[in-house]
Amino acid sequence: MSELLSPEEITELKRQIAAVHEPRELIVEVLQAVQKQNGWVSDAGIELAAELLGLSPLQVDEVATFYDKIYRSPVGSKVIHVCDSICCWTRGAEMVYGHLQQALDIAPGETTSDGIFTLLPTCCLGACGNAPSMRIGDRLYSSLTIERIDAILDEERQEALK
Amino acid sequence: MSQLLFKNRRPDHTVLLDEYRQNGGYQGLEKALREMQPAQIRDEVKASGLRGRGGAGFSTGLKWSFFPFDAEGDKYLVCNGDEMEPGTFKDRQLLEADPHQLVEGMALSAYALNINTGYIFLRYAYNQCYTNLLQAIADAKQAGLLGRNILGSEFSFELHVHRSAGRYICGEETALLNGLEGKRPNPRSKPPFPAIKGLFAKPTVLNNIETLANIPHIINGGAQWFSDLALTEEGAGTKLYGLAGHLNNPGCVELPMGITLGELVEEHGGGVWLGRKFKACLPGGASTPYLTADHFDVAMDYNPLEAVKTRLGTGGLVVFDDQTCMVAATLNLMRFFARESCGWCTPCRDGLPMVCWVLEKIESGQGTVDDVTMLKELLGHINGRSFCALALGAMGPVDGLLRLFEEEVLDHVKKGRCPLQKS
Repeated sequence: MSELLSPEEITELKRQIAAVHEPRELIVEVLQAVQKQNGWVSDAGIELAAELLGLSPLQVDEVATFYDKIYRSPVGSKVIHVCDSICCWTRGAEMVYGHLQQALDIAPGETTSDGIFTLLPTCCLGACGNAPSMRIGDRLYSSLTIERIDAILDEERQEALK
Repeated sequence: MSQLLFKNRRPDHTVLLDEYRQNGGYQGLEKALREMQPAQIRDEVKASGLRGRGGAGFSTGLKWSFFPFDAEGDKYLVCNGDEMEPGTFKDRQLLEADPHQLVEGMALSAYALNINTGYIFLRYAYNQCYTNLLQAIADAKQAGLLGRNILGSEFSFELHVHRSAGRYICGEETALLNGLEGKRPNPRSKPPFPAIKGLFAKPTVLNNIETLANIPHIINGGAQWFSDLALTEEGAGTKLYGLAGHLNNPGCVELPMGITLGELVEEHGGGVWLGRKFKACLPGGASTPYLTADHFDVAMDYNPLEAVKTRLGTGGLVVFDDQTCMVAATLNLMRFFARESCGWCTPCRDGLPMVCWVLEKIESGQGTVDDVTMLKELLGHINGRSFCALALGAMGPVDGLLRLFEEEVLDHVKKGRCPLQKS
């Protein structure tokens, strides 16, 4: 059916889709599955999701483009979401964002030349009591300082290069 | 002080089924299924005075009373677990510590409302909460506390978890329903309200995580006991208050409803950091108008806060020290709301970026008195003219800025720079 997902993954998604009230209820799950395997959701990913869910590609794309954690453009292997909301702002979010841009030598929205990190702003990570915070992939990092950010980037980079 | 929701909370620990039951968990559900009729539970919740903890503060019992619980066919209970308002992280703390409270609360509420299917709509960022909920639901099902014929009764309830992919508007109840159905999560036109036509066009009740987690405690302790926990006469229960911003001890605490702002800041928040002075705060999350130190005696409860032109919202307190520029703080908030507007209606889609533009101009020292006047006009143009409450909430801090800090705003204009900027 597609090279974007394995036959086993497609079978599992079809099983889940068959079990819910309406297939499109699982639109985010299907898009996340495509993204997990491929890093982002290409037009082919949209078409695959549409086929699985019995929707038109347009119906899938209007949802995919709404959520900021579904990527419709290629991203690095690790996406850094920096919280720039009010609690993080009070405790140094601008410093965090500025330092990340400098350390990675990229502007917001860009990906490092080695393809590892993409830097994006995000709205509130729900970690207001431990601000400032950022999220890399599924990992949440809080109480950030310059030193801690550098150490985190090193660890994440090493993991990506393994 | 009574701890209900955080009674079992310990650092880096999640309460699993056995521990929850050892500490009295699921006794409320057992009591309800063995001794109480659904109407008795509804009456008890109404009498308790519980008001929705998601931000709007509407009476839970009254909301339930609009629901056609005797109607035939599918009906749904939906938990709003989107929690994406800056300053608000209480539901995360609750689910990371003690997730069975929500599961029991939903089962109890579903029994009271004659509902057999529930959904928890959870925000994308809450990985640990998601894991905890899946385990809690599986364990409860295994123990006969969810699923078919709960505890040998006639009542059956299936509970599902839906993960979002990150947008603030999903906290708006009708946008949430669209998101849950797999549609673009724009808000829906009301009426019809979800109680009549909600998820999959069927009658639906939506409540916040904290609201639902309170239900077992109300059934266990009784309406009067719950109501008496509050320090205010008209208040009820305890509240999870988030403490963030320029405080020595940020975090999340459970305290009686109605504790004063001053006590919350000074005693529980440890006072303002770096030895600085308190300048202002958002009392209940990013969409609530500011308060100042003049309001330290105000009770953190719905009505007393409305009396001083702000809202309890989600109880997420964000404190600003005396070195904070309130124009810059408001600009940060407005950028959040402008970015998170779903774009469905003009006042929100175009109005909020316009407010940002004016605030940027003032903060950079390029603003004029006319810009301040324009800000006031925008307040009038946007408030009450948008499709949902996002824009209304967004303008809360602007309203507070113009009421409480107009001189500071005008000082930017007079000096041609931010007066708090370090030169």
